[in-house]
Amino acid sequence: MVTSVTSFGRSGLSDWLIQRVSAVVMAAYSVFIVAYLVLNPGLDYEQWRALHQFLPMKIFSLATAVSIAVHAWIGLWSVLTDYVTERLMGAKATALRVILQVGMILAILAYVVWAIDILWGI
Amino acid sequence: MTTKKRPVNLDIGTIQLPITAYASILHRISGVALFFAAGIFLWVLDGSLSSSAGFDAIKECLQSPLAKLVIWGCLSFLAYHFVAGIRHLIMDMGVGESLEGGRTGAKLVFVCSVVLILLAGVWVW
Repeated sequence: MVTSVTSFGRSGLSDWLIQRVSAVVMAAYSVFIVAYLVLNPGLDYEQWRALHQFLPMKIFSLATAVSIAVHAWIGLWSVLTDYVTERLMGAKATALRVILQVGMILAILAYVVWAIDILWGI
Repeated sequence: MTTKKRPVNLDIGTIQLPITAYASILHRISGVALFFAAGIFLWVLDGSLSSSAGFDAIKECLQSPLAKLVIWGCLSFLAYHFVAGIRHLIMDMGVGESLEGGRTGAKLVFVCSVVLILLAGVWVW
């Protein structure tokens, strides 16, 4: 299938599964962080830093950053290949979509590097 | 190109959208918005962990009405995307796959996400 050459897992079934696993990781992280912030209204820097210096927390945060990366890739690929098409936007759609996809991948890469930089710079 | 002649299963531009379609398109819109929101959350995380002064600066910044509105907006997209995603996982297990089940699920997603969005507003302000 030529049309799925820029999809994340090169297969719809693979993307389907990765999308769900990454969603569960991000959901768990969101619930954890919101619960932590709600339960610690007077949070100070030392406590916040100690939480993120804890290795299991770093692994959880990095797993979430990687999940955001693959989930966004699969999700935005679906959106771009559905709407930025020749049928809906005319002849220039393919060039525009490729530019948007490259921009999306660069942004995702930047997010992951930034997250690693934050987490291991503490 | 020959691809132009390929048949289209559903041309959504020509049909009236049912409630399930609104649930679906909102899931996509919130997903695209969250891609940008992730940058804001990373910026907050970066600042809050940079130093004691950086932590205080982020705390101070988040007190402004504009920042509160932005954070509430991001949390609203997250709440909707979260609830709609849970619905997908439930439907993957074979629950709510009928036409009526799909409509009920879409309504439940709207109700649950409105509740979460209101709670997020109470929390932020």
